[in-house]
Amino acid sequence: MNNRSIEIVELNKRYGTIQAIKNINLTIQTGELFGLVGPDGAGKTTLIRILTTLLLADSGKASVNKLDVVKNYKQLREQIGYMPGRFSLYMDLSVEENLAFFATIFGTSIQENYDLIKPIYSQIEAFKTRKAGALSGGMKQKLALSCALIHRPKVLFLDEPTTGVDAVSRVEFWEMLKELKNTGITILVSTPYMDEAELCDRVALMQNGEILSIESPDELKNNFPHDLWYIKAENQYKLLQILRTWEKTYSAHGFGQSIHFVSQDSQMKEDEIRQFLESKTCKIQRIMRIGASIEDCFMELMNQPKKA
Amino acid sequence: MTAENIIEVENLTKIYGQFYANDHLNFSVKKGEIFGFLGANGAGKTTAIRILCGLSKPSGGKITVAGFNVYNQTEQIKRNIGYMSQKFSLYDDLTVKENIEFYGGIYGLNNKTLRQKTSDLLQKLDLTDKQNFLIKDIPLGWKQRLAFSIAIIHDPQIVFLDEPTGGVDPITRRHFWDLIYEAAFSGITIFVTTHYMDEAEYCDRVSIMVDGKIIALDSPDNLKNTYQVDTMNEVFLKLARQKIN
Amino acid sequence: MKAFKGFVIKEFYHIFRDYRTMLILFGIPIAQVILFGYIITTEINEAGVAVLDNSKDAVTREIQNQMLASGFFKITAQLSSETEIESIFRKGIAKEVIVFGANFEENLRKGEGSDLQIVADASDANVANLLVSYTTAIVQNYNRQQMADMQIPMQIEPRVRMYYNPELKGVYFFVPGIMSVILMLISAMMTSVSIAREKEMGNMEILLVSPLRPIQIIIGKLMPYFLLSFVNAVSVISLGWLVFDVPVNGSIVLLLAESMLFITLALSLGLLISSVAASQQVAMFISMLGLMLPTILLSGFIYPTENMPLWLELISYAMPPKYYIIIAKDIMLKGVGLRYLWPETLVLLGMTLFFLIVASKKFKIRLS
Repeated sequence: MNNRSIEIVELNKRYGTIQAIKNINLTIQTGELFGLVGPDGAGKTTLIRILTTLLLADSGKASVNKLDVVKNYKQLREQIGYMPGRFSLYMDLSVEENLAFFATIFGTSIQENYDLIKPIYSQIEAFKTRKAGALSGGMKQKLALSCALIHRPKVLFLDEPTTGVDAVSRVEFWEMLKELKNTGITILVSTPYMDEAELCDRVALMQNGEILSIESPDELKNNFPHDLWYIKAENQYKLLQILRTWEKTYSAHGFGQSIHFVSQDSQMKEDEIRQFLESKTCKIQRIMRIGASIEDCFMELMNQPKKA
Repeated sequence: MTAENIIEVENLTKIYGQFYANDHLNFSVKKGEIFGFLGANGAGKTTAIRILCGLSKPSGGKITVAGFNVYNQTEQIKRNIGYMSQKFSLYDDLTVKENIEFYGGIYGLNNKTLRQKTSDLLQKLDLTDKQNFLIKDIPLGWKQRLAFSIAIIHDPQIVFLDEPTGGVDPITRRHFWDLIYEAAFSGITIFVTTHYMDEAEYCDRVSIMVDGKIIALDSPDNLKNTYQVDTMNEVFLKLARQKIN
Repeated sequence: MKAFKGFVIKEFYHIFRDYRTMLILFGIPIAQVILFGYIITTEINEAGVAVLDNSKDAVTREIQNQMLASGFFKITAQLSSETEIESIFRKGIAKEVIVFGANFEENLRKGEGSDLQIVADASDANVANLLVSYTTAIVQNYNRQQMADMQIPMQIEPRVRMYYNPELKGVYFFVPGIMSVILMLISAMMTSVSIAREKEMGNMEILLVSPLRPIQIIIGKLMPYFLLSFVNAVSVISLGWLVFDVPVNGSIVLLLAESMLFITLALSLGLLISSVAASQQVAMFISMLGLMLPTILLSGFIYPTENMPLWLELISYAMPPKYYIIIAKDIMLKGVGLRYLWPETLVLLGMTLFFLIVASKKFKIRLS
């Protein structure tokens, strides 16, 4: 392989009786925008903290830019940027003071690396004398990202950067990450939102401390092993109850006001579904074949017995 | 008030100084409906909900909730609504059972009803053998379902949900929505505020608020058709951005 | 070095932008000094004094007159025998009894030394102490006048007896005690709270990941509070001096140096607390219970440790403020120097090093 930025081998970490991460193996290439996708408690934060040298693993090895996260932690700390889940800004300092502070503790200055943060920082520069505590969620997020980038890190770790910010800010944030990626920086970002997985080069789906799959979003969706049906009826609740009691149902999940349905029978035709539902007096509005979303894939993987 | 409208809002206005937090809102919510109340941070959602829950008085407008007006019948309103927030209303250091009993007690359920409700609820949520677990020791998904069940323990007519399903896996989230649909089916009105658009997809109708005004109100499907997009997320982005530009 | 400077500047921003911090830093010391000062000084206006004059001559009359003229005393009873002293105290008629021996003036003139006893009701130790010191001062003043006139050689040497609390070492002037409380409060509590805040808000994660060395973080956190505590020490001493005439008889340089040592000690305790406290609330709680209360109760600031049960007295030896109070009191009131204070100084120094090393060792370079 060409250039490995992050290498993780057989990593384990336990808190008391809870196995936070189990046997994680993962390699991330230089310049990749890589997503860790999974719900709370999947182990995303633990993994990121081990990689940022903040936690010690119980067993296994991890290195970032060929530097071991335990042995070479001092050197490593100079090369990485980290944005924790809570934005970790000083709320009583102004926008500019926050940025200047993070610049000086990394031994640099705003001027020196202004070109790198300019696309992001220029959006909030107009408020540079405002206290960080008085910024909106989206602006805090931009400031926190600027602070994490100010020392021109080679690898950027973002722990749930979009949690708790509104949809517009989320989209803007991902646009910024795309732009950053063009500068060649490796980005590892975690998120609980399945739809954000689409925006990564590759994603690891995580659940209960384990990685369920590591693929590009397209591979992931193309590898969905079943025919997937979109069904919409007048009463979603009733439709779901009916499908769940059908012996031919493999899975039926609500997706908003519609249902995504997979049959046990891979040869199932639309007519058969229609006939069955109509026999149950269900008023169908629409039935069609659709491609799987990341969320369908995640649920499918959750249900699969663990591969050896 | 028509028989089936459980919430009626006409020209709801809330002014702080010169600032219109809510600028002449008009909408109604039907009984048994799942109504999504969407908007970015700071759009004015929280202000409006506080008014609907009887926690704050509007500057103007005619607002009735469960048949009571929000100016001087707030006590009746509070008895007829439930509330659940993502930032949990459950006490971490009490057990599952103690939490149920505490909230049941607040709403004045008598001992017999409370005992019955507690055991029904534990059974329904499959928590009977975990009833003596501390809340902090049970998984997030269960907490959310428990919090919702507790929010409707006093059989309210309306339940307000504030970003109810953040942070859980897709299957757990669907279990949660199953509960919500079931409650709606039984006639409880569900009023969901969120800025997660995938939660909006589950609602019967959604309103989208920008800068204190409701700028769209329809079913998710109609909204998607109107704006020629595939997801509520895109609807929201179009509306919010159009507003900015 | 630049990184370190940036860190210190940031700390000052935090301090100066939070009015509550500012209030604790500067409001509390001033309030405490003034409060304590006035509580104590108001009580010795016109304090009741009984006189047992076995001589009844010109000199004893003159001394009594001077006491009356000072405004601190009023003579509430003339006694005729020593057996009455106890009942005078019991009834609360007087807080102090002055006993002139027989042939007072005559003995004075002969140069044999005359007998003056000051007996005080020390159940209220503060007041007793002040009364005695005022009386002594008046008598000595009289002495000096006589010397100047060269009529008689200086011979009056008051013998002081304390009732109910004969040793009366603990409470003298309040300023040393207040200084120890304030320096402890500002240094330990504020540092531990400010470090806990970084943890609570999640900022510590970023600081740890940065190239800042742990020792830079530690010193960067301690330095601002060191400076502010020092400012406080100076202002308490000046306030005591300007408002309440509390003297600094010894070397002011030595006093300030010892104060800096004590501040460093308190800071390292704060650092230690912050290594176990995950939130500001916990840090505050530990500082209050673990440091403030012992400082006030067990250091000899208010209650003399000699009167405590043995086990408590033994514990009091482990209280750093105890040594600082001794040092400060001796420098300020007795005017002694390091030659007499080296044992206490050494104890403080040892404790400081011990806590500093433990705290630095416990400071984590990682989370948990």
